[in-house]
Amino acid sequence: MFKKLTLAAAALALSATTSLAATEITWWHAMGGELGKKLEEIATKFNESQSEYKVVPVYKGSYPETLTAAIAAFRANQQPAIVQVFEVGTGTMMAAKGAVYPVYKLMKDEGESFDPKSFLAPVVGYYSDTQGNILSLPFNSSTPILYYNKDVFKKAGLDPEVAPKTWKDVEDYSKKIVSSGAAKCGFTSAWITWVQTENLSALHDQPFGTLENGFGGLKTQFTFNGPVQVKHWANLKKWQDEGLFKYGGPVGGDNAATMFYAQECAMTMNSSAGRAGVINNAKTFTPGFAPLPYYDDVTKEPKNSIIGGATLWVLNGKDKATYKGVAKFFTYLSRPEVQADWHQYTGYLPITNAAYDLGKSQGYYDKNPGSDVGIKQIMRGTPSPNSKGVRFGNFTQVRTIVDEEFQALLAGKKDAKQALDSAVERGNKLLREFEAAN
Amino acid sequence: MVENRPFLTFLTHAFLILGFAVVALPVYVAIIASTHDIATLMSGPVPLWPGSHLIENYSMILTSASAANGLPNYSHMALNSLIMAVVITIGKISISILSAFAIVYFRFPFRQLAFWIIFVTLMLPVEVRIMPTYKIVADLGMLNSWAGLTIPLIASATATFLFRQFFMTIPDEMLEAARVDGAGPMKFFRDILLPLSRTNIGALCVILFIYGWVQYLWPLLVTTDPGYYTLMMGMKRMVTVQDGVIQWQLVMAGSVLAMLPPILIVIFMQRLFIRGLTETEK
Amino acid sequence: MDTKKTTFDSRLLPYLLLAPQLFITLVFFIWPAAQAVKSSFEREDPFGLSTTFVGLLHYQRLFEDPNYIDALIRTAVFAVSVTALSMVLGLAFAAAVDRLTRTGRVYTTLLVWPYAVAPVVAGVLWWFLFNSTTGLMPFLLQKAGIRWDHDLNGTQAMILIIIAAAWKQVSYNFLFFLAGLQSVPQSLMEAAAIDGSGPVKRFFTISLPLLSPTTFFLFIINVNYTMFDTFPIVDATTVGGPAQATTTLVYKVYQDGYLGLNLGSSSAQSVLLMMIVMVLTFVQFRYVERRVQY
Repeated sequence: MFKKLTLAAAALALSATTSLAATEITWWHAMGGELGKKLEEIATKFNESQSEYKVVPVYKGSYPETLTAAIAAFRANQQPAIVQVFEVGTGTMMAAKGAVYPVYKLMKDEGESFDPKSFLAPVVGYYSDTQGNILSLPFNSSTPILYYNKDVFKKAGLDPEVAPKTWKDVEDYSKKIVSSGAAKCGFTSAWITWVQTENLSALHDQPFGTLENGFGGLKTQFTFNGPVQVKHWANLKKWQDEGLFKYGGPVGGDNAATMFYAQECAMTMNSSAGRAGVINNAKTFTPGFAPLPYYDDVTKEPKNSIIGGATLWVLNGKDKATYKGVAKFFTYLSRPEVQADWHQYTGYLPITNAAYDLGKSQGYYDKNPGSDVGIKQIMRGTPSPNSKGVRFGNFTQVRTIVDEEFQALLAGKKDAKQALDSAVERGNKLLREFEAAN
Repeated sequence: MVENRPFLTFLTHAFLILGFAVVALPVYVAIIASTHDIATLMSGPVPLWPGSHLIENYSMILTSASAANGLPNYSHMALNSLIMAVVITIGKISISILSAFAIVYFRFPFRQLAFWIIFVTLMLPVEVRIMPTYKIVADLGMLNSWAGLTIPLIASATATFLFRQFFMTIPDEMLEAARVDGAGPMKFFRDILLPLSRTNIGALCVILFIYGWVQYLWPLLVTTDPGYYTLMMGMKRMVTVQDGVIQWQLVMAGSVLAMLPPILIVIFMQRLFIRGLTETEK
Repeated sequence: MDTKKTTFDSRLLPYLLLAPQLFITLVFFIWPAAQAVKSSFEREDPFGLSTTFVGLLHYQRLFEDPNYIDALIRTAVFAVSVTALSMVLGLAFAAAVDRLTRTGRVYTTLLVWPYAVAPVVAGVLWWFLFNSTTGLMPFLLQKAGIRWDHDLNGTQAMILIIIAAAWKQVSYNFLFFLAGLQSVPQSLMEAAAIDGSGPVKRFFTISLPLLSPTTFFLFIINVNYTMFDTFPIVDATTVGGPAQATTTLVYKVYQDGYLGLNLGSSSAQSVLLMMIVMVLTFVQFRYVERRVQY
């Protein structure tokens, strides 16, 4: 009896001390809906896997809302240990040297093994400094791909198993689709900025800005008003006038997905992470997945596409114990099985080679056709300075400007050259402003 | 009615019915959308008539949908909205009636200045001063607390102003009678002003309850604990889906439910509400 | 500004009564506003790690920026349109309800509730209604031969936010006008009726002039409302586009400060907005003050 009691007391004391000692690690994120639920599941599993640290995920609204909240909190000395920042915020975070604890340094300080080579090169390249040090932990990365409606293709007399490879194909297919009445429009696109401007430049090895697209420093200038970009925007305008292309709206272009689901448009270009949504919503038709089209008169071998999505940044000003926990959590997050689970559930890219290999050995990509289109697209060829990614300050506003100029183009107020020239000129002003403030 | 004009009366009715139809359209569409499944909503214009998923959608939003979006229970969020609305209402009314009393019934140095300080805040929107306000709340250690959620929203020039206007209409004889009876200021306030202000307080309750109920940006910024989620934050989270698909049928069901309490209050307390809006603001 | 002719004598009590209100106002309104003024003269990185004094640079930039001037003009157009639309409709509804003795209350109930709809929810509702693919309105307009595309057509985008913003405000204006109409002395109306003037003529010659104080009051309130409280509607429906066609001053503050993290410029914009509000508030106050003294 006595023995039992002491045991119970000891157990009680033990559980009390462990629960008391658990260091809380706050993680602010922007994953709403189902993705947020999955993210919280990851945190719970980590918490259950050990007892020293407790990761507390907190949803803070959209990406911009999360970033602003984190910055406001930093200024008030109430910052979270980890914050999820979208790719256009990368320039802002990198410039904030006093606020950020670079991930490579954190992992080294805490003695966690961390090998940049274990990550997919194009993903990690986007978030490294010029010396190749990883500044933030890639978490949810995606890249744009082409989605198409196989049933509409069939109706229009096209082979549903053959996706358009070049922009010429897209134009020809769209003409057939519209003239046969199979759908009202040929194609639409989410993210005019990210897909039809930034990725277009990368695919065709065209510089988006000087100094390696901004990787080389704050003195960078935009150059996305080159001949290829001008030609593409002019084409989009022409295709819109011919009824082949429909605009999906500014920023993320929410209407693009809707038009695709409603079978109004036969093709759309969107983040590879939209795959799960496409499968869930394409109930009355079969979707197909393919790489982004390119201009074969510009290049025969399109470069890799660039990524989007978000990474996890560690903020300064926390105690040693917290950082120890963050490092442990990052190691956990980078585990192949955790990564593969997240990647396969959400449609984001696998971040590590091991997670990709795990998926392969599980036969995941064979069972789910199209799920590796994005991965293959970012892994193809050798990245050039133009396809490594983009890194600019004030980039949220620059994207707004690009959206505005594109709208002016479609509304017939400017031609493609004027619109892009104006976007570059206005964007450069913001770059100088950013340079002056940092 | 001065005289009877059947045709004009008919036109009046027709105009009002048409007006109601136009005003109700967005909400009608929301209700319709909340009775369909997502596939129907995504495949072309919203149908004009209700679908067959009403019970399914509403029971989902009340039960599993919250968890699927990483939110607390719907009822938990509703309770938070209620607490926030009630605390803000009571707080605003209490501090406003006191300051209006001071401004109207006392002469003292800096009275004018005090009034202007309160008055100028009338419409400084949260969006405009959000960063510095956040910093102060953080410095005072009020993040993640009911105090931080409500106190910064309690200052109200409007309510102060309404009470001031009302007090100005109370005959001076009341005060003189009270003074003759030897009543001090607080006794006068308690025994005469408060009872007289009953209707105004009731009216303000309706208006301020709505104000508290619809807050979104402020609670999102100052709380990091999902335990403080309100309905507005919950609905917004369900709409803010990255790289995914918005479950419109559930968002609409949730929005319809979230709209209900303030709308019901406005309808059932219509007399008070109208009085609150019109008679005191003149 | 007046007090009662007779007042209480107490030195400490009025300050005690004012203390809670003043404390909250000073701490949560005036102090942050002062911070905004300060940072409008500075250039600062978002994290607040380095700050330099730049004087009036941000203000100068704003007034040189054609986009800001456009936003200023656009905001005026938007405010006046919303105010006019919602006031005319509110007045029309009020006049109609005022004619009906028995059913008036029913119609009042049917028309007041949009006041209680949260701006966030209202934005979502209008977005859904006008969505170019799934929305009902573009579909109906298409049948009427109008191509609706507020993502590209700036005028249509403006019309959309005007309608959505006016929608929420109609019920408010309606109630004020109704109260105003109901306080028009019945004897005046009857006298005019005996003189042979019809209901429409009576409305324009008697009711409307008597409503002019209400109208002025509502004008100020509505302008204030459209300038500030319409933010969630713009954010949910047009995001300020296309090509800034619906970027109002408040939305621009949000875009530059909250999304763009350009704190200096957005503070300068806030300060300019505060000045506009103060002028409006002052006008409103002078007016209300005059009325009270009747």
